[in-house]
Order: sequence, then structure tokens, then C-alpha cells
Amino acid sequence: MNLRKYAKVFDIGLQNTFVYRWNFLMRALFGLVPLAGTVLIWRSIFRERGADVAGYDYRAMVWYFLLTVLVDNLITPTEDEWQIAADIREGQMSAFLVKPMNYLGYRLSLYGSYRLLYTIVTLVPVAALIWFFRGFVVLPASAGTWGLAAVSLAMAGLIQFFIAYALAMLAFWILEISTIVFILYSFEYFLSGHTFPLDIMPVWIQGALRVLPFAYEMFFPIAIFLEKVKGAELWSGLAIQTGWLLATWLTAYGMFRRGVRHYQAVGG
Amino acid sequence: MRRYLEIYGIMLRNSVIREMSFKANFILWMAVELLWFLGQIVFIEVLFGYVDRLGDWTKWEVVLLVGTHQLIGQLFQAFFYANVANLPELVRTGKLDFMLLLPVDSQFAVSTRQFGMDNVVNALVGVGIVIFALAKMHVTPGPLQIAMYIPAVALGVAVHYSIMFALATISFWIVRAQGLIYGYYNLFNIARYPDSIFGNGVFRFVFSWIIPVIVVANIPARLLGRIFDAPLPLLAHLAGAAALAVGLSRAFWHFALRRYSSASS
Repeated sequence: MNLRKYAKVFDIGLQNTFVYRWNFLMRALFGLVPLAGTVLIWRSIFRERGADVAGYDYRAMVWYFLLTVLVDNLITPTEDEWQIAADIREGQMSAFLVKPMNYLGYRLSLYGSYRLLYTIVTLVPVAALIWFFRGFVVLPASAGTWGLAAVSLAMAGLIQFFIAYALAMLAFWILEISTIVFILYSFEYFLSGHTFPLDIMPVWIQGALRVLPFAYEMFFPIAIFLEKVKGAELWSGLAIQTGWLLATWLTAYGMFRRGVRHYQAVGG
Repeated sequence: MRRYLEIYGIMLRNSVIREMSFKANFILWMAVELLWFLGQIVFIEVLFGYVDRLGDWTKWEVVLLVGTHQLIGQLFQAFFYANVANLPELVRTGKLDFMLLLPVDSQFAVSTRQFGMDNVVNALVGVGIVIFALAKMHVTPGPLQIAMYIPAVALGVAVHYSIMFALATISFWIVRAQGLIYGYYNLFNIARYPDSIFGNGVFRFVFSWIIPVIVVANIPARLLGRIFDAPLPLLAHLAGAAALAVGLSRAFWHFALRRYSSASS
């Protein structure tokens, strides 16, 4: 496979995103408001309670949420599914079908460049935030944790991307995919660790979350980084995550193949 | 005024007809909103597993607050959301030209074309939650509380509308404005939190007066469920903040229109 063309796509993605730098900046800026709300509500909870919450104190909780912001910037696809769906709906897909290029590879390159640029642009506000809360930062004790967290993070990013891609493929069959995307979003939002760390939930829910894909989209790599999962639990978690990675990849790939057969190139 | 009401009536009818021709979509959107709402209730449930109260708010008072936030947010979405969210697209494609040519107020023209029926259903879910929370709190609001709650909810809708409208108006300067819509969701993310968690610093001042998202749901909820709070200053605060938001966003709209050059077509 010729990787150079995908590197070119990566570069185009960078340039395209840079044209809309204001959009970026607004997102980064407004994104701070919910974070402030989260920090304030937990401050209030810890004040009221005067004790730990499931092993988190106030500092650990704030650090957890800072990590979610960082991970979110690094791996969560922002507009990929809408763009893919638009490619299909508006007939742009025809142009890709005749090119010697794998659409999944093309999209993955764009996703990579968006995420890279997004992370760089938001690096300043995120670094400022972390500096502001510098007393709360706890880095992993062992070097191996860094490596495992990085591997898990990469897998989480790919799972998120493949899910977004597979959902967008629905545009081959139905006109309007936004409702289905938002239904999945709401599950991801509450069950992947955005709203609160999953280990403060009741135990029976945690058991269910261990086998569902959502925790492996965000919470799991953070939990590794915070050294909350260790030993056998860590390895079985990584195994389940790998399973979900394969499953979502196969789904994304299969949906594309079936979709193309159904494709009618309207307006192409 | 009468003419505007007539025009609005016609647009309302068209919206209902349009929505009823996409019934599956209508039901799916309702499901989306319900899921988000359920998620919030789960969130409260988890938080109050660890504490009995947040500042001076008990669990059911927070549920009342979230129900009120749902009611206000969904009413805003029903009347205005789709229209205001579409404004950046009108600017980008130059279709705004046709709206400006209409013999009605330009802000009215861009803000009222579509009406979301599914949001009305979800607003009613909010009302149901409010009533349920009141029952759990053993509070029966008198006619005076209800008489203050209804205009307070309307003022809340006005604040939602003004802030989103001002954000969308930025699209005259910034070409791709999805980030602005995202901004709306981010700002109102904190509207469903009890006001007591914000302390008394700069943050609370900014988000109570300049971008008054904190007061939008908190004041109506206090007016309805907490009879021992002094009601008039609260209502006056909300009315003042709403008037300021409406006035400023309208001034900003006129300022932005002056530099509109249309897209070359």
C-alpha cells in the first residue's frame, strides 16, 4: 500500500482545518464552561460530604476531569460522521470509488490530522488549565503505565472512529442519520466516563459496563493512567478492548462494502 | 402586531404539516431528548447517593430544577432553535438575501420559520417531572407561585433565544459556525446546576448578569418550589437579565447586518 497518498490527505486535512481556526478556538473556549461547572459541582459535593467518593478526593476528581478534556481533544471525532454522511448523500462518494484509494484509509488519515491539529490548538488552554490545577496532578508511578495507557488510548480513539464511521455508513440507506447519531452520543456521553468516573456508579452497573464498548472509548485508558486498574483486571480489560476494536473495525468495513453495493450516486 | 401573529400562524401550520410527513424522524427526535433527560436524572441519582444536599438544595429540588431546565430548553427549541441554528448557513450561502427582502422585521423573519412539535412533547415531559418533584417535596404551589413561574419560564426562553441568536450572528464574521452551536450547548450545560454551587465570585457574577445562564432555570425553580425565598427580587433579576440579553443581541444583529455583503452567487 502506498502510504504517501494518505500522508497527502493528512496534510490536506491539516490545511482545511486551519482555514477554520476561529471555529476551533471558539470550541476550545466554550468547552471550558462545562468543565468549570463540573469542577464547581464536585467542590460543592466534597464540601458537603467531607469524605472520599469511591476512592476519589476532590483533587483526584478534578484531575480525572482534566484528563477527560485532554483525552477528548486527542481522540473524539468531531465532525467526521457528518462529513462522511454528506459525502454519501451528496454523491461525492462516486469520486472516491473511481480513485485508487481506500475510503476508510482516507477518512482515517483525515481523522488523524484533525485530531492532531485540534490537540495542538487546544494545547495552550489545556496546559494553562493543568498549570492552574498543578497541585492536583498525579503522574503514574511506573513507566510501564505510560505505555499501556498510550496503547489503550490509541485503541479508544480507533474504536470511537470506527463507530462514527459505521454510523455514517447508514447514510447509504437512510437520508437523515442525525437522530441515530445522537442516540448513540447520549449513551457515550453518560457511559464512557464524560459525566463522572464510572467507578463511582453502583457495582451492578459497573459489571455491565465492563463488557459494553462505551467504557473502552474513554474511561478505561484514563483508569489505566490513574493506576486504578491493575493486574489481571488490567489485562482482561485490554483484551476486551482489543475485541471491541476488532468488532468495530469489521463493522465499519462491512458496512462500507454493503453500502457501496446499495449506492446510487444521486447527484454525482 | 396583528399581521405578525397572522404570519406566525401560517408558518406554524406549515411546520406541523412538514413534521407530520416525517413521522419516524419525529419519534426518533423525541427519543433522543428523552435519553438525554434520563441521563441527567441518573446523574442526579448518582450524586445524591453520596450527599443529602447541595448547598441549600435537596435532591427533589434539584430534580425540580432539571425539569424546569428541560421545560425552558425545549420550549426554546420548539420555537426558535432550528431557525437560529440555520442562520450561519443562510449567511454562508447568501440565502439571507431573500429573508431581508421580506416586508417584515429581519430578526422575526429569520427566527420564526420552523416550529418543532417534538420539542413540545418533551417540554410536557419536563412539566411532568416538575409536578412529580413537587409531590416528592410535599410542596403545593399557590396561584401566586404559578403566576410567577409562567412568566419566569417565558423570560428563561427569551434568554436562551438571545444568547443563541447572538452566537449565530457571529457567523457574519466566521464562515463555518458549527462551533457556535456547540457554544450554545456548552454555555447552557451549567444552567441545570443549582446556583449555590457557584459560590459568590466573578464566575457567578458573569453567568448571572452578562451571560445569564445560571439564573435561567434556577430562578423559575426557586419561584415555584421554594416559597420561603423572597420572590420579587428574583423575578426582577431574571427580567432585568432577560431584557439586557434581548436588547444586546438585537443591537448586535443590526450591527452585523450592516456589514453583510451577501455571498457572491
